[in-house]
Amino acid sequence: MSSNSLPMPDAIASAPHLTGSARVLDTLHDWVITVDHKKLGLMYIGMGLFFFLLGGIEAIIIRIQLLFPLYHFVSPQVFNRMFTMHGTTMIFFTAMPILFGFGVYLIPLMIGTRDMAFPRLNAWGFWIALFGGLLLYFSFVGGDGLYGAGNAPDVSWWAYAPLTSRAFSPGHSTDYWTIGVLLSGFGSIASAVNFAATILCLRCPGMTLGKMPLLAWMYLVMAGLVLMAISPLTAAQIMLLLDRYLGAHFFDTQAGGSATIWMHFFWIFGHPEVYILILPSFGFISEMVPVFSRKPIFGYPIMVAATVGIGFISLSVWAHHMFTIGMESYENAFFVLSSMAIAVPTGIKIFNWLGTMWGGKIRYELPMLFCVGFLFQFLIAGLTGIMLAVAPFNWQLHNSYFVIGHFHYVIVGGILFAIFGAFYYWYPKMTGRMLKQKLGLLHFLLFFIGFHLTFDFMHIVGVLGMPRRIYTYEPGRGWEYWNIVISVGAAFQALGIACFAINLVWSYFQGTRAGRDPWDGWTLEWATTSPPPVYNFAQIPEVKSARPLWDFKHPEDPDWKYL
Amino acid sequence: MATAASTIPAGGTWAPPPRGPVGMFCLIAAESAIFVIFLVAYIFYIGRSLSGPTPREVLEVPIFNTVCLLSSSITIHLAVRALRQARMLAFKLFWFLTLALGAKFLIGTGIEWHHLIYERGLTIATNLFGTTYYSLVGLHAFHVLVGLVGLTTVMLFALASKVRPQQSEKVEVFVLYWHFVDVVWVAVFTTVYIVGR
Ligand SMILES: [Cu+2]
Repeated sequence: MSSNSLPMPDAIASAPHLTGSARVLDTLHDWVITVDHKKLGLMYIGMGLFFFLLGGIEAIIIRIQLLFPLYHFVSPQVFNRMFTMHGTTMIFFTAMPILFGFGVYLIPLMIGTRDMAFPRLNAWGFWIALFGGLLLYFSFVGGDGLYGAGNAPDVSWWAYAPLTSRAFSPGHSTDYWTIGVLLSGFGSIASAVNFAATILCLRCPGMTLGKMPLLAWMYLVMAGLVLMAISPLTAAQIMLLLDRYLGAHFFDTQAGGSATIWMHFFWIFGHPEVYILILPSFGFISEMVPVFSRKPIFGYPIMVAATVGIGFISLSVWAHHMFTIGMESYENAFFVLSSMAIAVPTGIKIFNWLGTMWGGKIRYELPMLFCVGFLFQFLIAGLTGIMLAVAPFNWQLHNSYFVIGHFHYVIVGGILFAIFGAFYYWYPKMTGRMLKQKLGLLHFLLFFIGFHLTFDFMHIVGVLGMPRRIYTYEPGRGWEYWNIVISVGAAFQALGIACFAINLVWSYFQGTRAGRDPWDGWTLEWATTSPPPVYNFAQIPEVKSARPLWDFKHPEDPDWKYL
Repeated sequence: MATAASTIPAGGTWAPPPRGPVGMFCLIAAESAIFVIFLVAYIFYIGRSLSGPTPREVLEVPIFNTVCLLSSSITIHLAVRALRQARMLAFKLFWFLTLALGAKFLIGTGIEWHHLIYERGLTIATNLFGTTYYSLVGLHAFHVLVGLVGLTTVMLFALASKVRPQQSEKVEVFVLYWHFVDVVWVAVFTTVYIVGR
């Protein structure tokens, strides 16, 4: 500092006026070094949207290739890379970052505190996950390796052994997949530790566990699932790396290793992963449905119990992904029954949301539209899930497009619809501007139509025998029309997403001002300005019920009177 | 809900759990899951190697090493108790003892591996036993190494007189990790040297 930094009038005036590139650099520096949960949350969401674009392009390439029988839009090698990258990207680098981003952004606000429990760990988790994603995509240029074989990974998103061994997967493409996913797993574990510590330790005075917003409960259980389920994946990835680099034999069938144990290890992660993604979505729905039905959530304690129940049961159903490997009949029976049992708490939740809407004064704002879409589609996803949980049925349709239709119903029809709803609901809080209503409606309609065109008919073509992951197919099997419909649906979805993307950017500059509380909400995030200041709350709030803002707005009839 | 409602805190008695131990317990949960997978792999592959050497032929039970590591849990407990009571010399002494015992364990593992690799010809690529043995014991040894880095860091701060009794809570968070490393060794020891042999 020079002597000119004294508080003289012109010194003050000149200091904040950085111009041009200096200001850009300053802002960039600010975002890179930040440990603020709101900035990190936004960066998580931004990262997710970036990879969503990439994964979407890959999906479009897949759909163009499958548009006609015996079509050659891309080579078989490229096709394999596309579905591998599509799956890996959408799960690990789209859904996870977006859901973590909303959690990181919202949870400190909703539980009335100023940041996450470990802000630096929060930043670490984000940057390591981003690095993992970039490493995965670097494979497109760096994956050739010594053997000149492969570039992007092409072993599918679950990378079955022994396909991933050095012998069958030369070059470095599989290593990029392994290390990218491993790093994203480290980031997820770090964030889960942070979520759990934040929710358990930083709640504002008066907010007992029974008075937390349901979203906080869902993220707490999700964090527990991440700790229990991502860790096995981490362990399995370490084993795979040992196999590939040090010549270990974990999954090397030539040396007595077992390919099946990889499947077990992967699906011990893989099934709970679905719940890691769906629980935050349940959290969004549980926040939005009451606000737009103008009723408190129906059966709060049951919702919590069902969430915890889902958390536990989801750890014991993984082998329903492996019925066709030939298990003992008692094993089959166990996994059939446990997979069906998980439908019970999930069904309870659906009834609770319906019970919340029942007799409510429903406002069909954009978030609520997506909530209703979620309820409808998630129900169907659950029903086809129960069908697939029945082992004999599963033997018929395993690895067919029926399965693809089922899990896209969960992930797109359920999780993605909830995420879109969350965008329309919390975007005003994050930016201070409302998203455009008409454009949002167009987004909903296009995406809804596209979703049903694509994924409804995947079930049919699956029942007609079309296997997943095939490069192309012969004409005359009755699959042609369905595949055209499915691909046309994908185009509708892409148009819907384009509306959404335009809306995100346009409304940031042109949207109407949101104010603190555009939806007449009840949880603490609506008590502060939009966007919230760095410190969130000038004074740490004190709550007496699960709807502190209701209590504040209705002092004559507060919730805590009835507790 | 009824029970939650009855625990409305009065005025200034709001005391949620401290974040340090909660965070560490979460990390320990995740680490446990990782170890469980490696243990399962070890148990699953017992007796499935297609070639020798077998565990019975080459493994010697590292009893002294185990005693060293387990007793380090006691010394670190004594150390942190001394810190809480502001007996700084005792703290440094017990802390150093913990560090020494941990280092002894790691050196012992190193000697064991050297013996296995150069005299018995067992590497990670030899057979399934080698694969699972080195990865499981190695994973644990890696955790000991991380623990030693932590122990050394605190030791250096202590020698510079920067560790004060007020910080005992933070030190205790690290102590949780060290106890975890010891407990895991009991599981690894039982699996590798008793069940697997
Ligand atoms: Cu599953």
